[in-house]
Order: sequence, then structure tokens, then C-alpha cells
Amino acid sequence: MSYVKGLKCRECNREYPVEPMYVCEFCFGPLEVVYDYNGIKKVLTKEVIEKRGQNLWRYRELLPIDGEPQVGLQSGYTPLLKADNLARELGVKELYVKDDTVSHPTLSFKDRVVAVALTKAREFGFDTVACASTGNLAHSVSAQGAKAGFKRFIFIPATLEASKIVASLVYEPNLIAVDGNYDEVNRLCSEIANKYRWAFVNINIRPFYAEGSKTHGFEIIEQFGWKAPDNIVVPCASGSLLTKIWKSLKEFKEIGIIHDVQTRIFAAQATGCSPISTAIKQGTDVIRPVKPNTIAKSLAIGNPADGFYATQAVNESGGYGEDVSDPEIIEAIKLLARTEGIFSETAGGVTVAATKKLIESGRIARDEVTVVCITGNGLKTQEALHGQTISPYYIKPNLASFEEVLKKIEHSKQ
Amino acid sequence: MAVKVRIPAPLQRLTQGLGEVETGPGTIIDLVNDLDKRFPGIGERISEAGKIRRFVNIYVNEEDIRFLKAEESEVKDGDEVSIVPAIAGGC
Repeated sequence: MSYVKGLKCRECNREYPVEPMYVCEFCFGPLEVVYDYNGIKKVLTKEVIEKRGQNLWRYRELLPIDGEPQVGLQSGYTPLLKADNLARELGVKELYVKDDTVSHPTLSFKDRVVAVALTKAREFGFDTVACASTGNLAHSVSAQGAKAGFKRFIFIPATLEASKIVASLVYEPNLIAVDGNYDEVNRLCSEIANKYRWAFVNINIRPFYAEGSKTHGFEIIEQFGWKAPDNIVVPCASGSLLTKIWKSLKEFKEIGIIHDVQTRIFAAQATGCSPISTAIKQGTDVIRPVKPNTIAKSLAIGNPADGFYATQAVNESGGYGEDVSDPEIIEAIKLLARTEGIFSETAGGVTVAATKKLIESGRIARDEVTVVCITGNGLKTQEALHGQTISPYYIKPNLASFEEVLKKIEHSKQ
Repeated sequence: MAVKVRIPAPLQRLTQGLGEVETGPGTIIDLVNDLDKRFPGIGERISEAGKIRRFVNIYVNEEDIRFLKAEESEVKDGDEVSIVPAIAGGC
């Protein structure tokens, strides 16, 4: 049974039925799924959720599907781990990492949104799924679409890291590498989406797709013992994830799972592409598009579709925005790896580096509880670290050669 | 020659299903006004009080007009204009 009442324009409040459409026909504002929270409140309790399988569908009443989940049955419910070593390093009392580097099946939070998008695409009767992607979304649509038996068209900027391209190709989708940046790929795709009857997960399925991101927030609350932390730091590209995490807190309050939302939401961006954090710092809600130039390619969206709402969510929550340089991103990836044993992609470097800056500037208080959202696995963007890590020790296959090196290592530690 | 304008699906009801229409040269706002004369109602969908709406992206020859002169950007014969609703991706 579905608790979805329909779609509604976030700008002008015009209402629409549940259809594969994504913008208000009147003002082009984004459409948002509207739920019957009174109905959900009666059936979705902590006890019910706790009895369900450890995947994102445990919150299914708050996801926009009509029937049974069909895709991504093992996606979500990633660890929330207490990061004591990193906390010590950054000089705060309590820090947690929400770790989507181990998301099933493609090691990024995109598995959440794609699970919802492809289930919805099937309900709508589509046989072809498509997406515009900077990498992670391409992997997830390629992989989950393969298992679900969809025809797949994946559009990526041709300049993506080689390893990210291989990680899509292995699932044998139709991979279209476009000579342009992500914003140009997106523009092309919206024109293609006009012409072909495909389920473009981040275009005509977007209102449903984006809802999957809420499960990252629901899980933080559940794993935190059914309460919300003081601060959540979220990486921003389009601003969609941040907006949806904010929505997840409000929905849990709405249906009585938590009583109060005091959480501040912080937006993390790379300096080379920071339209959202810049707007927050300047105290304006006008998002000025930029031409991205950063190693954090998965965040390199110069024209963020949800930037306006992300800015609003940050301001409403009392949070802030911060941006970090490419060297700071690399340093933070290494910091997270050596303190917590988590290898994040560049986006996670952005989040950790921004968290460090927010702590140093006093925007995040040292005695508060902070959750850092790590959204993708570092094995996907190893190029970013080439020449930036320590080196191996090369030895001959004999004990003497090893002990010579061991002596050097011990000496250097003294 | 004229200026070619690509119309996104949500607006094609107003252009009798046409995905592409032609207008004369001028500024982007002139172009919107011209479109509105021929396809009444289209102007208020794209703009409000002389400004392009927040969730509408307009490109001239694949360049976002916010990198040009926004509403005052000039288009000339042979240019291609795309009207594209904002869409999401990334995080």
C-alpha cells in the first residue's frame, strides 16, 4: 500500500498526479513527493522498522513506491561508526562517520537513490533506464539495471577518471561519453529525455529518485539510538542529498519517531566548485553558477539544481557552508584513511576537510556530536592520490634485505 | 536565417507540440517576449517581471546565459537557444 498522495511543486504548490514528470509545467519548479504522514504514523514505528531487513527498504512507507521493492534489496543500512581517532585528531569530543563507502552493490550512496528510481521505473512500465552521471550514479544504474533486466543508456563527461569508466563498462550498458563537462552532459540529457520514452533516473524520475537519499538520514537517526546528532556535514554537488537529509529529520519528527530537531546541517564543497557554500557565506539565496575546476569530480556541478533549497535548509537549521582546496581534499582523504581505516573518494575528502575547517573556525563546537557523511569509495578515484601517498619499501627476497629496511623504518620512527 | 529555439517538453503544449521554433535576433528578453506573442502564456512560464525564473536555464550556443549577460545577452541570426529546466545529479 502506498502513502504517496501525489506530486507538488516546491515553488508554486501546484499539485500533480504520480507520473514520470519532474518539473512544474507552470513555473519549472521541482516537484516533490507528498505523503500521507497521518497514515504513515499509524504503521511505521521504531519497533516495526527494527524488525525489518537491514536495507534501505526498512523505511519503505516513507519512500515513493506503490508495490513491493524490486531493485536494490540489499542496498543501504551502511555502518555509522564512532570515529574516536579522527575526533582526537580534530580536537572534538564525539565524531561519527556515516560510511556509504561500503554500500551494496556499487560502493556509493547512489545505490540508495537508484534502488528507489529503478523500482519506480518498473512500476511506470519503462524498459529502458538512463542517467547523466559524474561516475557513481553511472555505476549504480549500470549494475542495478543489469540485475533488474533494464536496457541502459549511461551519459558521462568524457574526461572522467579511467577507473570510473571501467567500473561502468563492466556491466555492459550503452555508455555514451560526451565531449563536455557535467553541466553540458545534463543539458544534453534533458533534451534527449524530451525525445525518448526512457526512465532518466535524475530527470523524469527525479522526484522519486531523490527520495532515496532520505534513507541516509533515517539511518543516521536510527543508528544513533533514535535521536538526531548536533551537527551533520554533507557534501554538496546539486545540493540534493543535503536537502533530503534535512527532509529525513523533519519526517521522523512529523511521524513521531523523534521529538525534536535541533540538528545543524553544514554544506561542504570544493573551492573549485562552490556555488552553494559561497551563497551561504554571502548570505544570499541566489546561486551563481560557476565553471567547475576541482579534483572532486563527483561534486563538480557548477549549476546546482537544488542549490537554492540546500541553502535554505542550511540556514533554517543554523548551519553553515565551507569550501576546501584540492590539497586540503587530498590531505583529508589520507587523514580519514590513517585514523579510521576508511578510504573515501574525493567527495569524502571534501567533507572531512570542511569539517576540520568548521571546527577550527568554531562553527562546530568541540563539545558537540557531529556526523560526517562519507558518500563514496576511494577505490573508484585512485588517480586523485597518484604521487600523493607514501611509497613502498623495495627489497630483495632475503631476510638480510628485509632487516636492513626494518632498521631504517625503526630509525625513522624514533 | 533566424534564431533557432529549442522548446522543452513541459512547454510544448503551448507551442502546438513544436520542439523547435524560430525567432528573430535581439536580447534574450526580446526573444521571450516574441515567443509570448506567438505562443501566449509561454512568457510567464519562463520569466517573471523581466527576469528568467530561478529553475529555468537558458543556453545560447551551449553557453549558460548567466555566464554571458543574463537576460540582456544578445542572440543573432544562426544562433541556437535552448530552454532547459534545472535537473539534479551528483550529491
